[in-house]
Amino acid sequence: MRSRPSGTSAAEQMLLSRRQFVQGLAAGGAVLGLGLWPKQSWALRSPGQLEVLSGTQFDLSVGETLVNYTGKTRPAITVNGSVPAPILRWKEGTRVQLRVRNDLPPGSIHGDSTSIHWHGILLPANMDGVPGLSFDGINRGESYLYEFDVRQAGTYWYHSHSGFQEQGGMYGPLIIDPIEPPPFSYDRDYVVFLSDWTDMDPARLFARLKKLSEYDNYYQRTVGDFFRDVRRDGLSATLSDRTAWGRMRMTPTDLSDVNAHTYTYLMNGTTSLGNWTGLFRSGEKIRLRFINGSAMTYFDVRIPGLKMTVVEVDGQYVHPLTVDEIRIATAETFDVIVEPAGQDAFTIFAQDSARTGHVSGTLAVREGLRAPVPAVDPRPLLTMADMGHGGHGAHSGLAVPSADPHAGHGAVPAPDPHAGHGAPAAQGAHAGHGSGSMQTHPASETGNPLVDMQTMTPEPRLSDPGIGLRGNGRTVATYADLKSLFEDPDGREPGRTVELHLTGHMERFAWSFDGIKFADAAPLRLNYGERMRIVLVNDTMMSHPIHLHGVWSDLEDEQGNFHLRKHTVDMPPGTKRSYRVRADALGRWAYHCHLFFHMESGMFREVRIEE
Amino acid sequence: MMRARKSMQWIALAAALSLPPVAASAQHAGHGQPVTSSSTADPQEEPATAPQPPDAGTDHSQMDHGQHDRPQVDHSQMDHSQHDRPQVDHSQMDHSQHDRPQVDHSQMDHSRMETLDSPREPIPSVTDADRLAAFPPLKDYHKHGTSLNSFWLMDQLEGANTDEGREIAWEGIGWVGSDINRLWLRTKGHALDESLQRARVEVMYGRAIHPWWDVVVGVRRDFGDFGGGGTPRNWAAFGVQGLAPYKFEVSATGYVGEGGKTAAIVEAEYEMLFTNRLIASWGVEANWFGQSDPEEVIGSGLSTVEAGVRLRYEITRQFAPYIGFEREWSFGETSDLRGLSSHSRTDNRWVVGLRFWF
Repeated sequence: MRSRPSGTSAAEQMLLSRRQFVQGLAAGGAVLGLGLWPKQSWALRSPGQLEVLSGTQFDLSVGETLVNYTGKTRPAITVNGSVPAPILRWKEGTRVQLRVRNDLPPGSIHGDSTSIHWHGILLPANMDGVPGLSFDGINRGESYLYEFDVRQAGTYWYHSHSGFQEQGGMYGPLIIDPIEPPPFSYDRDYVVFLSDWTDMDPARLFARLKKLSEYDNYYQRTVGDFFRDVRRDGLSATLSDRTAWGRMRMTPTDLSDVNAHTYTYLMNGTTSLGNWTGLFRSGEKIRLRFINGSAMTYFDVRIPGLKMTVVEVDGQYVHPLTVDEIRIATAETFDVIVEPAGQDAFTIFAQDSARTGHVSGTLAVREGLRAPVPAVDPRPLLTMADMGHGGHGAHSGLAVPSADPHAGHGAVPAPDPHAGHGAPAAQGAHAGHGSGSMQTHPASETGNPLVDMQTMTPEPRLSDPGIGLRGNGRTVATYADLKSLFEDPDGREPGRTVELHLTGHMERFAWSFDGIKFADAAPLRLNYGERMRIVLVNDTMMSHPIHLHGVWSDLEDEQGNFHLRKHTVDMPPGTKRSYRVRADALGRWAYHCHLFFHMESGMFREVRIEE
Repeated sequence: MMRARKSMQWIALAAALSLPPVAASAQHAGHGQPVTSSSTADPQEEPATAPQPPDAGTDHSQMDHGQHDRPQVDHSQMDHSQHDRPQVDHSQMDHSQHDRPQVDHSQMDHSRMETLDSPREPIPSVTDADRLAAFPPLKDYHKHGTSLNSFWLMDQLEGANTDEGREIAWEGIGWVGSDINRLWLRTKGHALDESLQRARVEVMYGRAIHPWWDVVVGVRRDFGDFGGGGTPRNWAAFGVQGLAPYKFEVSATGYVGEGGKTAAIVEAEYEMLFTNRLIASWGVEANWFGQSDPEEVIGSGLSTVEAGVRLRYEITRQFAPYIGFEREWSFGETSDLRGLSSHSRTDNRWVVGLRFWF
């Protein structure tokens, strides 16, 4: 069940071997406690299997724990001493109390103050855990008592909302058992928590992105690539492609900001070498709760040899959808049912969307087994069409999947992406989504030094598997395929529409909404009780998972109907997507890109729901 | 139509998961399905009394509930208390509405065709306690997007053996500041046999005025005894710098010195990737002066042009040794002055150096 060979050159082989070194040197996990929390021993006894805390009362201690994933021992910030933090298991309809104590040692690289945000959970604003909006944070030696009614069920996660702590290891799974049984059955239940670890101090990683944002992009096109493209596509096509990118001062290999050159990807807190293993008996149905708890990584997940039936997305039931592969944007969750049979072992394979690395684990009938691990897919190239610069029929180029990741770019006829070749694109027909004309942009983007690009003809693209997943021979779940298992729980038409643009500057590594960073932005005000629509337009070449705290983001289909209830909406480049918001939670809520460093650099707004 | 489409979904659901379609179908039985009749139904009793879609497995006696009792089922994960009877799946819904008279049940089934005036799930009324919880008094906190950063690049630190002796040269640039406002430091110079020949240091305030261009304003100070004088000269400086289309790094700076002297420097640099670590950097710099300054071996007009290429290997992004070749031409009066002194009019040199940043 190997995927296509990735065609590595000698130079890439060198990189790969280096990366394997980085990824595989240590199984990982806590290596040594600091004396504050005795539970590391648990992790050592049973590598990879997460601790489960269930009930209604929880005592959580935030501290530093030494971990080793790469051969280097580094201080992670942990909850109760483990990466990921323990699985919290709540029950819908109960009231939970969580006492979170800050036991960070003085002088910790992770700072003095901490917080826990319960991602996707409906709760009073002062329980949401965002310092500066919900509460003042938790200082060293102090505790905060979170207490709220559990009004939902499903798979969620929790993480720090302070400083760089989420990148530093402070994240964990959150499972809420429903009052009523779910509309599907299963025999075993595993959390598969994906994350990206770096040995760097996360603050230094952020500073590095500000100095040289392309640091990790070792895939830029070379002189050799130019001559290869000339031979294949002809001189004029190659020159016009290079011209288009050159004028934008961008590179089509810029698929993610931080990749496996920096990160070691983890599955349930374990590297590929550690081989997290979930046991099964042939014929059983296994529920896998995939959580992308990474800071900056989109994971493409598949289990060669097994179909996955998606039953829940972002904690909410969806119509069962059977696929080969899912792309999990940062902060999204996907619950799937698999029925392993016929083999003793299956590889759970999660590669980053930029195709620079992977993490794998195993479903097996007993410990110690492995199945073949596929090669990482070939790297795709971004096209002008990907970014909504498509005018001249390039939409068909988008729709026609290309097996050769390099096949598309030579044909993109866009000598000047900003020149206004405005062939009207067929867009979503409903109100609030462009009428087929060129996309307009907020005035605050005009002449803004922190806006390096604007899309021209964005579309919802709900049925697009995504860059690097088109035409790969596998069935990939798309937002169009995923549909909530329930009708619109609110049912009202949105009373108004607010359009926000996702903006940024790659080279300055500055990110914002409408070209205005959080520090300079007024809150987005919603009226308590209203049903409104947010339309997002991606004016950047990166994907952004946009998370609104406190209330659901009810993604609309291309006709403007309620489609999929989410807490985090993926916004690939060149997309314009809309969702409904029911403003039924009073207070000040964070609204941000969940790529951690995008948020940190300003792609963050306060949403204020007031009476 | 809807019913037929939905029935397909239930069949698909049941087939995909081999489970009794009770929970899921009952959920919709309560809400969406009986298009024409539910206006009279009390949803709380619908599982028993409301018309059921004929396809949705309404014959509960035929359902296979047995799987829930198979020994390998992990019962610890589930609440089985409800499994023995057909059950509405309330887990995804707030059914509190069902007790409330204001819900218009006649509309519940038309959500795809009509819209509701009042929400299906009522908006909770707000208490004072809610208000207190929603807007607690808070201290100021860190605002995302306000970080101060810095970048210090020694682009060239190199040695060369020339006819005149052993030469050490450098060129560096750095900034500290925000995304928009930065304090820039630029420096360039060379020494010959440990004697500083010519050096300039610029300290400038820079502001981004365009996605790719910063304007800079500041001061420049020149040192060195290239002409034997060794008197430092001060200049006011202003210019632009940034990334031109096709990724040429460009800067153009004008200078006004003591006594009304003027000067200008234009620089451009382009990087060519042979691999993602083996990188050729092509650079050119042109110097222009408004007045001659014989003491410094400077003539008016276009004075010198330097052009070079440096081939570096990035062992890491931050540390790259290189070899390079550079040629300097002098023009006009400058060339004449050089001819009169011991300096050569044109200069070729092979260089070996390091590029690093932090």
